[in-house]
Amino acid sequence: MANSSNNSPALLDIAEVSKSFGSVEVLRSVGLQVAKGEVVTVIGPSGSGKTTLLRCVNFLESYDSGSIRIDGKEVGFRDGGARQRRSERDLAGMRAETGMVFQGFNLFPHLTAAGNIMLGLTKVRGKSTSEARAAAEHWLGRVGLAHKADSLPAELSGGQQQRVGIARAVAMEPKILLLDEITSALDPELVGEVLAVVRSLAEDGMTMVMVTHEMAFARDASSRIVFMADGSVSAVGPPKEVLAAETTNERLRTFLARFRASHF
Amino acid sequence: MGYTLNFNLIWRHFDKLSGGLLLSLELALIAIAIGIVIGLVLAVWYVSAGRVVRGIIAAYVEFIRNVPLILLVYLVFYGLPTVVDLAYSAQTSFVATLALYSGAYLVEVFRSGLEAVPRGQIDAGKAIGLTPWQRLVHVRLPTMMRITLPALSNTFISLFKDTSVASVISVPELTYGAQWINFNTFRIVEVYLVVTAMYLVTGYALLFALRLVERWYRTAR
Repeated sequence: MANSSNNSPALLDIAEVSKSFGSVEVLRSVGLQVAKGEVVTVIGPSGSGKTTLLRCVNFLESYDSGSIRIDGKEVGFRDGGARQRRSERDLAGMRAETGMVFQGFNLFPHLTAAGNIMLGLTKVRGKSTSEARAAAEHWLGRVGLAHKADSLPAELSGGQQQRVGIARAVAMEPKILLLDEITSALDPELVGEVLAVVRSLAEDGMTMVMVTHEMAFARDASSRIVFMADGSVSAVGPPKEVLAAETTNERLRTFLARFRASHF
Repeated sequence: MGYTLNFNLIWRHFDKLSGGLLLSLELALIAIAIGIVIGLVLAVWYVSAGRVVRGIIAAYVEFIRNVPLILLVYLVFYGLPTVVDLAYSAQTSFVATLALYSGAYLVEVFRSGLEAVPRGQIDAGKAIGLTPWQRLVHVRLPTMMRITLPALSNTFISLFKDTSVASVISVPELTYGAQWINFNTFRIVEVYLVVTAMYLVTGYALLFALRLVERWYRTAR
Protein backbone atom coordinates (compact mmCIF):
# COMPACT_ATOMS: atom_id res chain seq x y z
CA MET A 1 0.00 0.00 0.00
CA ALA A 2 0.97 3.58 -0.47
CA ASN A 3 3.36 4.93 2.09
CA SER A 4 3.91 8.52 3.14
CA SER A 5 3.97 10.34 -0.13
CA ASN A 6 6.62 13.00 0.44
CA ASN A 7 10.36 12.56 0.13
CA SER A 8 11.49 14.41 3.24
CA PRO A 9 12.81 12.15 6.00
CA ALA A 10 10.08 11.01 8.37
CA LEU A 11 9.67 12.82 11.68
CA LEU A 12 8.83 9.50 13.30
CA ASP A 13 10.49 6.42 11.90
CA ILE A 14 9.49 3.08 13.35
CA ALA A 15 11.48 0.24 11.81
CA GLU A 16 11.08 -3.47 12.38
CA VAL A 17 10.03 -3.13 15.99
CA SER A 18 9.28 -6.38 17.75
CA LYS A 19 8.29 -7.00 21.32
CA SER A 20 7.13 -9.95 23.38
CA PHE A 21 5.48 -10.17 26.75
CA GLY A 22 6.78 -13.55 27.84
CA SER A 23 5.85 -15.94 25.06
CA VAL A 24 3.26 -13.60 23.54
CA GLU A 25 4.52 -11.61 20.58
CA VAL A 26 2.69 -8.28 20.80
CA LEU A 27 4.62 -6.47 18.08
CA ARG A 28 6.00 -8.27 15.05
CA SER A 29 8.44 -6.28 12.99
CA VAL A 30 6.28 -3.18 12.90
CA GLY A 31 7.30 -0.43 10.51
CA LEU A 32 5.72 2.99 10.13
CA GLN A 33 6.88 6.41 9.03
CA VAL A 34 5.09 9.56 9.99
CA ALA A 35 5.91 12.85 8.30
CA LYS A 36 5.69 16.23 9.95
CA GLY A 37 2.12 17.48 10.10
CA GLU A 38 0.57 14.11 9.44
CA VAL A 39 -2.28 12.70 11.51
CA VAL A 40 -1.98 8.92 11.57
CA THR A 41 -4.73 6.88 13.14
CA VAL A 42 -4.10 3.35 14.33
CA ILE A 43 -7.09 1.04 14.39
CA GLY A 44 -7.48 -2.66 14.97
CA PRO A 45 -9.02 -5.23 17.26
CA SER A 46 -8.10 -5.10 20.93
CA GLY A 47 -4.92 -6.99 21.66
CA SER A 48 -3.49 -6.14 18.26
CA GLY A 49 -0.63 -4.13 19.78
CA LYS A 50 -1.84 -0.60 19.02
CA THR A 51 -1.37 0.81 22.51
CA THR A 52 1.90 -1.04 23.03
CA LEU A 53 3.26 0.46 19.82
CA LEU A 54 2.28 3.93 20.93
CA ARG A 55 3.89 3.41 24.34
CA CYS A 56 7.10 2.29 22.65
CA VAL A 57 7.29 5.59 20.78
CA ASN A 58 7.96 7.51 24.01
CA PHE A 59 9.62 4.50 25.61
CA LEU A 60 7.03 3.95 28.32
CA GLU A 61 7.58 0.41 27.05
CA SER A 62 10.84 -0.95 25.81
CA TYR A 63 11.00 -3.22 22.79
CA ASP A 64 13.14 -6.20 21.96
CA SER A 65 14.44 -5.29 18.52
CA GLY A 66 14.12 -2.73 15.78
CA SER A 67 14.39 1.01 16.16
CA ILE A 68 12.21 4.02 16.77
CA ARG A 69 13.60 7.39 15.76
CA ILE A 70 12.26 10.88 16.13
CA ASP A 71 14.04 13.43 13.94
CA GLY A 72 16.65 10.76 13.33
CA LYS A 73 17.40 10.20 17.01
CA GLU A 74 16.79 6.83 18.58
CA VAL A 75 14.30 7.33 21.42
CA GLY A 76 15.11 4.70 23.99
CA PHE A 77 18.62 3.56 23.13
CA ARG A 78 21.92 5.31 22.89
CA ASP A 79 23.16 6.37 19.50
CA GLY A 80 25.56 3.87 18.02
CA GLY A 81 24.87 0.25 17.39
CA ALA A 82 25.25 -1.14 20.92
CA ARG A 83 21.54 -1.02 21.79
CA GLN A 84 22.29 0.35 25.20
CA ARG A 85 19.34 1.83 27.06
CA ARG A 86 19.61 5.58 27.53
CA SER A 87 20.16 6.94 31.02
CA GLU A 88 17.00 7.98 32.84
CA ARG A 89 18.05 11.60 32.38
CA ASP A 90 18.44 11.20 28.63
CA LEU A 91 15.17 9.32 28.45
CA ALA A 92 13.39 12.16 30.26
CA GLY A 93 14.85 14.57 27.73
CA MET A 94 13.73 12.43 24.79
CA ARG A 95 10.26 11.97 26.23
CA ALA A 96 9.85 15.72 26.56
CA GLU A 97 9.95 15.83 22.74
CA THR A 98 6.77 13.77 22.54
CA GLY A 99 3.45 14.47 24.18
CA MET A 100 1.05 11.78 25.29
CA VAL A 101 -2.63 11.82 26.14
CA PHE A 102 -3.95 8.79 27.98
CA GLN A 103 -7.15 6.82 27.98
CA GLY A 104 -7.52 7.35 31.73
CA PHE A 105 -6.57 11.07 31.60
CA ASN A 106 -3.91 10.53 34.30
CA LEU A 107 -4.00 14.08 35.57
CA PHE A 108 -2.00 14.76 38.72
CA PRO A 109 -4.81 14.84 41.30
CA HIS A 110 -3.08 17.23 43.70
CA LEU A 111 -2.56 19.92 41.06
CA THR A 112 -5.12 22.25 39.52
CA ALA A 113 -5.79 22.23 35.80
CA ALA A 114 -3.23 25.01 35.39
CA GLY A 115 -0.85 23.28 37.78
CA ASN A 116 -0.97 20.10 35.73
CA ILE A 117 0.12 22.04 32.68
CA MET A 118 2.70 24.14 34.51
CA LEU A 119 4.59 21.23 36.08
CA GLY A 120 6.35 20.17 32.90
CA LEU A 121 6.83 23.75 31.76
CA THR A 122 8.63 24.77 34.95
CA LYS A 123 10.50 21.58 35.80
CA VAL A 124 11.36 20.33 32.33
CA ARG A 125 11.29 23.40 30.12
CA GLY A 126 12.71 25.68 32.81
CA LYS A 127 10.09 28.38 32.38
CA SER A 128 9.38 30.80 35.21
CA THR A 129 6.15 30.36 37.13
CA SER A 130 4.57 33.40 35.48
CA GLU A 131 5.57 32.29 31.98
CA ALA A 132 4.25 28.82 32.68
CA ARG A 133 1.03 30.23 34.10
CA ALA A 134 0.52 32.34 30.98
CA ALA A 135 1.13 29.32 28.76
CA ALA A 136 -1.24 27.21 30.86
CA GLU A 137 -3.94 29.83 30.55
CA HIS A 138 -3.37 30.10 26.81
CA TRP A 139 -3.74 26.34 26.32
CA LEU A 140 -6.68 26.05 28.67
CA GLY A 141 -8.32 28.72 26.56
CA ARG A 142 -7.57 26.70 23.45
CA VAL A 143 -9.38 23.67 24.88
CA GLY A 144 -12.25 25.82 26.14
CA LEU A 145 -11.41 25.62 29.83
CA ALA A 146 -10.03 29.06 30.64
CA HIS A 147 -12.53 29.31 33.50
CA LYS A 148 -11.33 26.02 35.06
CA ALA A 149 -7.66 26.95 35.53
CA ASP A 150 -7.89 26.68 39.30
CA SER A 151 -10.09 23.60 39.50
CA LEU A 152 -8.74 20.31 40.75
CA PRO A 153 -9.16 17.28 38.46
CA ALA A 154 -11.74 15.82 40.84
CA GLU A 155 -13.92 18.85 40.18
CA LEU A 156 -13.90 18.36 36.41
CA SER A 157 -15.95 16.09 34.18
CA GLY A 158 -14.22 13.35 32.23
CA GLY A 159 -14.32 15.37 29.04
CA GLN A 160 -12.88 18.40 30.81
CA GLN A 161 -10.15 16.31 32.42
CA GLN A 162 -9.21 14.91 29.07
CA ARG A 163 -9.04 18.37 27.54
CA VAL A 164 -6.69 19.38 30.35
CA GLY A 165 -4.71 16.22 29.52
CA ILE A 166 -4.41 17.40 25.93
CA ALA A 167 -3.46 20.92 27.00
CA ARG A 168 -0.80 19.50 29.35
CA ALA A 169 0.71 17.54 26.47
CA VAL A 170 0.65 20.23 23.79
CA ALA A 171 1.81 23.03 26.10
CA MET A 172 5.20 21.28 26.11
CA GLU A 173 5.33 21.99 22.37
CA PRO A 174 6.17 18.41 21.48
CA LYS A 175 7.32 17.39 18.03
CA ILE A 176 4.70 14.71 17.97
CA LEU A 177 1.56 14.02 19.97
CA LEU A 178 0.56 10.48 20.91
CA LEU A 179 -3.11 9.92 21.68
CA ASP A 180 -3.97 6.60 23.29
CA GLU A 181 -7.69 5.82 23.04
CA ILE A 182 -8.37 9.20 24.54
CA THR A 183 -12.16 8.99 24.24
CA SER A 184 -12.62 5.36 25.32
CA ALA A 185 -13.20 6.19 28.99
CA LEU A 186 -15.64 9.00 28.26
CA ASP A 187 -19.40 9.04 28.33
CA PRO A 188 -20.64 9.18 24.72
CA GLU A 189 -21.92 12.74 25.04
CA LEU A 190 -18.45 13.96 26.08
CA VAL A 191 -16.56 12.41 23.17
CA GLY A 192 -17.37 15.23 20.77
CA GLU A 193 -15.81 18.03 22.81
CA VAL A 194 -12.52 16.12 23.07
CA LEU A 195 -12.40 15.19 19.40
CA ALA A 196 -13.11 18.81 18.47
CA VAL A 197 -9.91 19.82 20.29
CA VAL A 198 -7.91 17.15 18.48
CA ARG A 199 -9.33 18.31 15.18
CA SER A 200 -8.29 21.90 15.83
CA LEU A 201 -4.76 20.74 16.71
CA ALA A 202 -4.65 18.81 13.45
CA GLU A 203 -5.65 21.95 11.59
CA ASP A 204 -2.72 23.72 13.27
CA GLY A 205 -0.41 21.15 11.75
CA MET A 206 0.38 19.16 14.91
CA THR A 207 1.86 15.78 14.05
CA MET A 208 -0.21 13.10 15.71
CA VAL A 209 -0.39 9.36 16.09
CA MET A 210 -3.72 8.34 17.48
CA VAL A 211 -5.04 5.00 18.61
CA THR A 212 -8.79 5.12 18.46
CA HIS A 213 -12.03 3.27 18.02
CA GLU A 214 -13.74 6.37 16.65
CA MET A 215 -13.97 5.29 13.03
CA ALA A 216 -15.85 8.33 11.83
CA PHE A 217 -13.21 10.56 13.36
CA ALA A 218 -10.42 8.44 11.89
CA ARG A 219 -12.02 8.70 8.47
CA ASP A 220 -12.50 12.47 8.61
CA ALA A 221 -9.45 13.70 10.47
CA SER A 222 -6.53 11.49 9.54
CA SER A 223 -4.08 11.67 6.70
CA ARG A 224 -3.52 7.94 6.90
CA ILE A 225 -4.98 5.00 8.74
CA VAL A 226 -2.94 2.08 9.98
CA PHE A 227 -4.75 -1.18 10.57
CA MET A 228 -2.99 -3.46 13.02
CA ALA A 229 -3.78 -7.11 13.57
CA ASP A 230 -1.88 -9.63 15.68
CA GLY A 231 0.97 -7.27 16.35
CA SER A 232 1.76 -6.27 12.81
CA VAL A 233 0.70 -3.60 10.37
CA SER A 234 -1.86 -5.29 8.19
CA ALA A 235 -2.91 -2.30 6.11
CA VAL A 236 -1.90 1.33 5.82
CA GLY A 237 -3.10 4.09 3.56
CA PRO A 238 -5.44 7.03 3.16
CA PRO A 239 -8.77 6.62 5.00
CA LYS A 240 -10.73 6.10 1.82
CA GLU A 241 -8.58 3.15 0.80
CA VAL A 242 -8.31 1.48 4.18
CA LEU A 243 -11.94 1.88 5.14
CA ALA A 244 -13.25 0.87 1.72
CA ALA A 245 -15.89 -1.80 2.08
CA GLU A 246 -14.50 -3.76 -0.88
CA THR A 247 -11.02 -4.19 0.63
CA THR A 248 -9.31 -7.46 -0.24
CA ASN A 249 -7.65 -7.64 3.17
CA GLU A 250 -9.55 -10.42 4.92
CA ARG A 251 -8.68 -9.36 8.51
CA LEU A 252 -9.55 -5.78 7.81
CA ARG A 253 -12.84 -6.70 6.19
CA THR A 254 -13.82 -8.82 9.19
CA PHE A 255 -12.83 -6.03 11.57
CA LEU A 256 -14.78 -3.39 9.69
CA ALA A 257 -17.82 -5.62 9.28
CA ARG A 258 -17.84 -6.43 12.98
CA PHE A 259 -17.32 -2.78 13.75
CA ARG A 260 -20.17 -1.65 11.55
CA ALA A 261 -22.44 -4.29 13.03
CA SER A 262 -21.80 -3.10 16.57
CA HIS A 263 -21.64 0.65 16.01
CA PHE A 264 -24.20 1.57 13.42
CA MET B 1 -18.26 -0.39 98.91
CA GLY B 2 -17.08 2.10 101.47
CA TYR B 3 -15.01 4.09 99.02
CA THR B 4 -15.95 7.76 98.52
CA LEU B 5 -14.44 9.62 95.63
CA ASN B 6 -12.38 12.62 96.65
CA PHE B 7 -10.74 14.58 93.86
CA ASN B 8 -9.33 17.37 96.03
CA LEU B 9 -5.89 15.82 96.27
CA ILE B 10 -5.83 15.30 92.52
CA TRP B 11 -6.54 18.96 91.82
CA ARG B 12 -3.88 19.99 94.36
CA HIS B 13 -1.26 18.11 92.33
CA PHE B 14 -2.81 18.79 88.92
CA ASP B 15 0.38 20.48 87.70
CA LYS B 16 1.93 16.99 87.58
CA LEU B 17 -0.81 15.95 85.16
CA SER B 18 -1.00 19.09 83.02
CA GLY B 19 2.78 19.23 82.74
CA GLY B 20 2.80 15.49 82.04
CA LEU B 21 0.25 15.86 79.27
CA LEU B 22 2.28 18.57 77.58
CA LEU B 23 5.40 16.44 77.80
CA SER B 24 3.51 13.45 76.36
CA LEU B 25 2.45 15.54 73.39
CA GLU B 26 5.96 16.87 72.98
CA LEU B 27 7.47 13.37 73.05
CA ALA B 28 4.96 12.10 70.49
CA LEU B 29 5.51 15.11 68.25
CA ILE B 30 9.30 14.87 68.21
CA ALA B 31 9.16 11.09 67.77
CA ILE B 32 6.79 11.25 64.82
CA ALA B 33 8.76 14.06 63.20
CA ILE B 34 11.90 11.90 63.27
CA GLY B 35 9.84 8.81 62.48
CA ILE B 36 8.44 10.44 59.34
CA VAL B 37 11.95 11.17 58.11
CA ILE B 38 13.06 7.60 58.84
CA GLY B 39 9.91 6.18 57.29
CA LEU B 40 10.06 8.32 54.14
CA VAL B 41 13.74 7.75 53.46
CA LEU B 42 13.53 4.00 54.02
CA ALA B 43 10.27 3.61 52.09
CA VAL B 44 11.62 5.48 49.05
CA TRP B 45 14.84 3.53 49.32
CA TYR B 46 12.96 0.25 49.69
CA VAL B 47 10.82 0.61 46.56
CA SER B 48 13.84 1.37 44.38
CA ALA B 49 16.43 -0.87 46.04
CA GLY B 50 17.77 -4.32 45.36
CA ARG B 51 17.18 -7.39 47.48
CA VAL B 52 19.92 -6.83 50.03
CA VAL B 53 18.76 -3.35 51.04
CA ARG B 54 15.14 -4.50 51.01
CA GLY B 55 16.11 -7.36 53.31
CA ILE B 56 17.85 -5.04 55.76
CA ILE B 57 14.94 -2.59 55.84
CA ALA B 58 12.44 -5.43 56.23
CA ALA B 59 14.52 -6.84 59.11
CA TYR B 60 14.41 -3.49 60.92
CA VAL B 61 10.65 -3.24 60.43
CA GLU B 62 10.03 -6.81 61.52
CA PHE B 63 12.27 -6.49 64.57
CA ILE B 64 10.53 -3.37 65.81
CA ARG B 65 7.07 -4.65 65.07
CA ASN B 66 7.58 -7.90 66.90
CA VAL B 67 9.26 -6.62 70.04
CA PRO B 68 7.08 -4.96 72.67
CA LEU B 69 7.72 -1.23 72.95
CA ILE B 70 8.49 -1.48 76.65
CA LEU B 71 11.33 -3.92 75.90
CA LEU B 72 12.73 -1.56 73.26
CA VAL B 73 12.64 1.22 75.85
CA TYR B 74 14.58 -0.91 78.33
CA LEU B 75 17.02 -2.03 75.64
CA VAL B 76 17.88 1.50 74.59
CA PHE B 77 17.88 3.06 78.07
CA TYR B 78 19.55 0.33 80.15
CA GLY B 79 21.06 -1.99 77.55
CA LEU B 80 22.76 0.25 75.03
CA PRO B 81 24.83 2.39 77.46
CA THR B 82 26.38 -0.74 78.98
CA VAL B 83 27.58 -1.87 75.56
CA VAL B 84 28.65 1.41 74.01
CA ASP B 85 30.06 4.43 75.75
CA LEU B 86 27.11 6.77 75.53
CA ALA B 87 25.38 8.92 78.07
CA TYR B 88 21.89 10.24 77.53
CA SER B 89 18.90 11.24 79.60
CA ALA B 90 15.83 9.08 80.01
CA GLN B 91 13.85 11.53 77.94
CA THR B 92 16.31 11.55 75.05
CA SER B 93 16.50 7.79 75.21
CA PHE B 94 12.74 7.48 75.06
CA VAL B 95 12.31 9.92 72.17
CA ALA B 96 14.96 8.04 70.20
CA THR B 97 13.24 4.74 70.91
CA LEU B 98 9.82 6.04 69.99
CA ALA B 99 11.20 7.60 66.81
CA LEU B 100 12.75 4.28 65.74
CA TYR B 101 9.51 2.56 66.69
CA SER B 102 7.26 4.90 64.71
CA GLY B 103 9.76 4.92 61.85
CA ALA B 104 9.33 1.18 61.43
CA TYR B 105 5.57 1.47 61.25
CA LEU B 106 5.76 4.45 58.92
CA VAL B 107 8.08 2.64 56.50
CA GLU B 108 5.22 0.23 55.94
CA VAL B 109 2.65 3.01 55.71
CA PHE B 110 4.68 5.02 53.20
CA ARG B 111 5.79 1.98 51.23
CA SER B 112 2.25 0.81 50.64
CA GLY B 113 1.28 4.41 49.87
CA LEU B 114 4.02 4.69 47.25
CA GLU B 115 2.97 1.40 45.72
CA ALA B 116 -0.63 2.62 45.61
CA VAL B 117 0.21 5.61 43.40
CA PRO B 118 -1.57 4.78 40.13
CA ARG B 119 0.78 3.71 37.35
CA GLY B 120 -0.96 6.11 35.00
CA GLN B 121 0.21 9.10 37.03
CA ILE B 122 3.79 7.91 36.87
CA ASP B 123 3.41 7.38 33.11
CA ALA B 124 2.05 10.91 32.81
CA GLY B 125 5.08 12.20 34.71
CA LYS B 126 7.40 10.28 32.40
CA ALA B 127 5.52 11.48 29.33
CA ILE B 128 6.12 15.15 30.09
CA GLY B 129 9.80 14.43 30.58
CA LEU B 130 10.20 14.45 34.36
CA THR B 131 13.31 12.72 35.67
CA PRO B 132 12.86 9.93 38.24
CA TRP B 133 13.69 12.34 41.07
CA GLN B 134 11.21 14.93 39.78
CA ARG B 135 8.56 12.24 39.47
CA LEU B 136 9.21 11.24 43.07
CA VAL B 137 9.01 14.79 44.42
CA HIS B 138 6.23 16.21 42.25
CA VAL B 139 4.07 13.19 41.46
CA ARG B 140 4.60 10.19 43.70
CA LEU B 141 5.12 11.82 47.10
CA PRO B 142 2.15 14.24 46.91
CA THR B 143 -0.17 11.44 45.87
CA MET B 144 1.31 9.14 48.48
CA MET B 145 0.70 11.79 51.16
CA ARG B 146 -2.98 11.94 50.24
CA ILE B 147 -3.24 8.19 50.46
CA THR B 148 -1.34 7.85 53.72
CA LEU B 149 -2.47 10.89 55.68
CA PRO B 150 -5.25 9.04 57.57
CA ALA B 151 -2.82 6.26 58.53
CA LEU B 152 -0.31 8.91 59.58
CA SER B 153 -2.91 10.52 61.84
CA ASN B 154 -3.70 7.18 63.41
CA THR B 155 -0.02 6.48 63.97
CA PHE B 156 0.38 9.81 65.71
CA ILE B 157 -2.54 9.14 68.06
CA SER B 158 -1.14 5.70 68.84
CA LEU B 159 2.22 7.26 69.57
CA PHE B 160 0.63 9.77 71.88
CA LYS B 161 -0.80 6.89 73.91
CA ASP B 162 2.47 4.96 73.68
CA THR B 163 4.28 7.80 75.43
CA SER B 164 2.81 6.35 78.64
CA VAL B 165 5.50 3.67 78.39
CA ALA B 166 8.08 6.37 79.20
CA SER B 167 6.86 6.20 82.80
CA VAL B 168 8.86 2.98 83.28
CA ILE B 169 12.09 4.96 82.96
CA SER B 170 10.74 7.87 85.03
CA VAL B 171 10.15 10.36 82.25
CA PRO B 172 7.64 12.73 83.89
CA GLU B 173 4.90 12.43 81.27
CA LEU B 174 1.20 12.01 81.98
CA THR B 175 1.16 8.42 83.22
CA TYR B 176 4.22 9.05 85.37
CA GLY B 177 2.43 12.06 86.86
CA ALA B 178 -0.52 9.82 87.67
CA GLN B 179 1.73 7.31 89.36
CA TRP B 180 3.40 10.03 91.37
CA ILE B 181 0.04 11.32 92.63
CA ASN B 182 -1.09 7.78 93.38
CA PHE B 183 2.03 7.01 95.44
CA ASN B 184 1.72 10.27 97.36
CA THR B 185 -2.04 10.42 97.94
CA PHE B 186 -3.29 6.84 97.49
CA ARG B 187 -6.28 8.22 95.53
CA ILE B 188 -5.79 5.54 92.85
CA VAL B 189 -9.33 5.52 91.45
CA GLU B 190 -9.59 9.30 91.20
CA VAL B 191 -6.22 9.85 89.63
CA TYR B 192 -6.65 7.18 86.97
CA LEU B 193 -10.17 8.38 86.22
CA VAL B 194 -8.83 11.87 85.62
CA VAL B 195 -5.88 10.64 83.58
CA THR B 196 -8.07 8.37 81.46
CA ALA B 197 -10.30 11.32 80.71
CA MET B 198 -7.27 13.40 79.79
CA TYR B 199 -5.97 10.76 77.34
CA LEU B 200 -9.44 10.37 75.84
CA VAL B 201 -10.17 14.03 75.39
CA THR B 202 -6.72 14.79 74.02
CA GLY B 203 -6.90 11.78 71.68
CA TYR B 204 -10.24 12.88 70.30
CA ALA B 205 -9.13 16.47 69.96
CA LEU B 206 -6.07 15.33 68.02
CA LEU B 207 -8.17 13.10 65.81
CA PHE B 208 -10.58 15.92 65.07
CA ALA B 209 -7.76 18.34 64.29
CA LEU B 210 -5.98 15.83 62.07
CA ARG B 211 -9.17 15.04 60.14
CA LEU B 212 -9.47 18.77 59.46
CA VAL B 213 -5.89 18.81 58.21
CA GLU B 214 -6.65 15.81 55.97
CA ARG B 215 -9.67 17.50 54.53
CA TRP B 216 -7.74 20.69 53.95
CA TYR B 217 -4.94 18.74 52.24
CA ARG B 218 -7.38 16.93 49.96
CA THR B 219 -8.75 20.19 48.64
CA ALA B 220 -5.65 22.38 48.86
CA ARG B 221 -4.56 23.98 45.64
